[in-house]
Amino acid sequence: MKPPFLADCLLNWFCAPHLREEVLGDLHERYALRVAQVGEAKARRRYWREVLAYVRPSIIRRQSSVYPNPTNTTMLRNYLKIAFRNLARNKAYSFINIGGLAIGMAVAMLNGLWVWDELSFNTYHKNYDRIAQVRELGRQDGKRYSNATLPYPLATELKANYSDYFKHILIAREAEDYILATDEIKISQKGQFIESGVPDMLSLHMLKGSWAGLNDPHSILLSASTAKAIFGTTDPLNKLVKINGNMDAKVTGVYEDLPHNTEFHEVNFFAPFDLWTSVNPWVKEQQWNNWFLSIYVQLQPQTDINQVSIAIKDIELNNLKKLDKARVKDQLASHPQISLLPMSRWHLYGNFYVDDLGPVQMVWLIGLIGAFVLLLACINFMNLSTARSAKRAKEVGIRKAVGSLRTQLVSQFFSESFLIITIAFIVTLLLVNVALPWFNDIAAKQLVFPTTSLYFWLVILGFILLTGFLAGSYPALYLSSFQPIKVLKGTSGLGALGTGRLASMPRKVLVVVQFTVSVTLIISTLIVYRQIQYAKNRPIGYSREGLLMIKEQTADFKGKIELLRYELKKTGYVDEVAESRSAVTNITMWNGGFSRKGTDIACPNGCGTLPVSTEYGKTVGWQFAAGRDFTRAFASDSAGFIVNESFAKLMRLQNPVGETITWGPEWRKPKAYTILGVVKDMVALSPYEPTIPTVFFLENAYDWINIRLNPNVSVAEALPNLEAVFKKLVPSAPFDYKFADQEYARKFAKEERISDLAFVFTILAIFISCLGLFGLASFMAEQRTKEIGIRKVLGASVLDMWGLLSKDFVLLVIIAFAIASPIAYYALDTWLQNFTYRTELSWWIFAASGASALAITLLTISFQSIKAALLNPVTSLRSE
Amino acid sequence: MRRSDLGEFEEVVLLAVAALSPKAYSVVIAEELERETGNSVSTGAVHAALQRLEQKGYVSSFLGEATAERGGRRKRLFTVSALGGRILQDVRAVRNRLWERIDSHLLLDWQ
Repeated sequence: MKPPFLADCLLNWFCAPHLREEVLGDLHERYALRVAQVGEAKARRRYWREVLAYVRPSIIRRQSSVYPNPTNTTMLRNYLKIAFRNLARNKAYSFINIGGLAIGMAVAMLNGLWVWDELSFNTYHKNYDRIAQVRELGRQDGKRYSNATLPYPLATELKANYSDYFKHILIAREAEDYILATDEIKISQKGQFIESGVPDMLSLHMLKGSWAGLNDPHSILLSASTAKAIFGTTDPLNKLVKINGNMDAKVTGVYEDLPHNTEFHEVNFFAPFDLWTSVNPWVKEQQWNNWFLSIYVQLQPQTDINQVSIAIKDIELNNLKKLDKARVKDQLASHPQISLLPMSRWHLYGNFYVDDLGPVQMVWLIGLIGAFVLLLACINFMNLSTARSAKRAKEVGIRKAVGSLRTQLVSQFFSESFLIITIAFIVTLLLVNVALPWFNDIAAKQLVFPTTSLYFWLVILGFILLTGFLAGSYPALYLSSFQPIKVLKGTSGLGALGTGRLASMPRKVLVVVQFTVSVTLIISTLIVYRQIQYAKNRPIGYSREGLLMIKEQTADFKGKIELLRYELKKTGYVDEVAESRSAVTNITMWNGGFSRKGTDIACPNGCGTLPVSTEYGKTVGWQFAAGRDFTRAFASDSAGFIVNESFAKLMRLQNPVGETITWGPEWRKPKAYTILGVVKDMVALSPYEPTIPTVFFLENAYDWINIRLNPNVSVAEALPNLEAVFKKLVPSAPFDYKFADQEYARKFAKEERISDLAFVFTILAIFISCLGLFGLASFMAEQRTKEIGIRKVLGASVLDMWGLLSKDFVLLVIIAFAIASPIAYYALDTWLQNFTYRTELSWWIFAASGASALAITLLTISFQSIKAALLNPVTSLRSE
Repeated sequence: MRRSDLGEFEEVVLLAVAALSPKAYSVVIAEELERETGNSVSTGAVHAALQRLEQKGYVSSFLGEATAERGGRRKRLFTVSALGGRILQDVRAVRNRLWERIDSHLLLDWQ
């Protein structure tokens, strides 16, 4: 009875879909009539002819899309409206989703800015790729080093024999603090004495004057901010400035401040090298055994830096070989090679120890963390979207049933994720703007948001598109693939949508990864914090509170100290005043050459040898282990040593007090000293390292004045009174003081930065992990609604349900903990090896981290599991 | 109003729609025309003519009910629009006028 099947196939093939129903209906109806009239065989033949009669353009032509060119945007507006309604309806989800994504993007953006800043270091200079620094490579104690401090004859040799390679060869003194004084004002500024080619080499942007300004030996170029600080709004050109009270210079130019990401940004003025040598004539007499200069070069165009490096590599070695072998034995042993370090490598590869890759690794680490956090946030976004798919499944079913095409649904979900990402991005911009000053603070940077750079916005646009596609693709493709009949029937819940045990596997892996990171970070934060506390609690051997230090930067201090001491003590704000060679938080004089009864006392890395004045001990508050302090009563104390316990240990004596030591480093005549006392170790350098063996002796070679404030007066009250005394007695120097406790605290800055960063990343990692977990928990709870209902009907309690839903996650966190512990142990053990004076890795830190991770997990999922467990079984089971 | 765009077959189909109203659709029209003319008429031809008529605005259509012999498929039912009706009347008036002018002897000869 049926019409020919093949004919129907043919018709279905050529006939436009929207006409198939009526055409086939007509054909079949007529076929039925024919069969009744003329019999089946004839009817079948006729049927073929009938079908072929439909082969005409008006039947074949496909109808163009149902909504070919929307003349109005109703449907598009509907998508937007639905998206907004979904956001508004699930406020918690939207908040978590947008917040998580925004935080991920903010972290990625901050880290990106940081990495960009590191990589673009020094690119401010136009001759960036032709500038280099001369370095001495060598080997010391088995470590390869690269020394930027060089002997003077090297520079003269370069200038005499190799000048063809270079456009500039500039000898420079290391940048230091100097006092700049005019008649009206005195300020302390960091500056550099360097030969006159520097403005040309660094392509300084001159606001006043010209690059030639430094050719006059009595000239100075000021940075814009320094010029403003000294001269205010008046024109600084041709004004006179006195440097450190003994060098006269005329301002011949003002240059724009160098940006923060340049090597020279701290240098606030450049003055000619000749001006410095004019008051330090010893400079030009120095030989190969005194390292105190830097040499910067700019290569000629078309010269290859590696070839030049090879050409100059043996300069020092050849010269040393001409000298007395015995005297330069140590220098020859280190096999010094001269080399050029290009400007592009100064910042990240400019370390003293060549194999110390710390800065580069930091860049990699920060970049990786940024990418990783963003990836986690994107995957969380996908997870949360798909976990809610049950809610949207019905919508998809209805949309499809009333005629939505799959492509329309895909574009709907894509536009929805782009909407969320755009909102998240606006939040990100706010977050970054708020967090940038704080981030700069932690990272010791001056990053700015490059709002004016078109390139930046293009990167941002690409960033949004990438994130949008990454995060939006899965929900868009997955949700739009639902079959309307299945979702609308609603018989089988999510299981039938292909989200069984296997589908939740990636989610579980993700949670494990996230928690591995979190637990590792929790452990790291705790250890770093404990290490800092451990070093902070170390006894430091002197009292740093109320101790003021002033550097004697001009020669005017000479001969006035006794008077200063008298006047200061007379104010009543000061207990004691003493001089010393270095600040109490530093050691600036190192020597060897100690012996006792003909046997050497070896100083493995040099010993501190610090000239101090008689009352130094009383001023800094050192503590005696044995013996007595210096006193003015005995003139013989000028041949006395006070040593610290570390030095006493080097001598291997039970009671070193009263022993005689001969001290004769190369540069001075040997002299015998008697040990007067032994003081407890004072932490002058790194608080993580053993104390340096140090001797103190009376010798008038002082650089610092130490002032012990009266503990009964307030600092704020004391300072103006002290300043008045200084202004009166040493008018040429600014009252520029440092507090010992603040200087000491600075020794922790690097570790505290790591600690702060670790803390922040820990919080973020935990937050993002919790988002992932929350998504997974809500997904599970939704999937098992019916199961929970049935279990409750059969008598399970809420507590049972909570346990049932929680135990999976507890297992995941335990796995994460098992992975994280060895990683954290290994990483932190390596880190702690950097410190001699270190805390240990106690087991309880690991246990506490694991426990806190577990607690956070339970808190996060309990919200979902308890909500699911409390649901009335009637509501969860009724819908069938 | 361009009368010339109404072809002969179209005119017949349009008339059939009017005659079979309100139950005019491809199959019955084709059957009716076959019975009336004795030639075989395929539904495809009728369908195409109806499409053209609809495009010109002489008929309007809607989907009607489904029947078993159609395999549950609905049929497209056609009705003559006001414009279609006027066209038919115009055509008929032209013809009538011409018929009336034919000499009655001639008419007798043809019979």
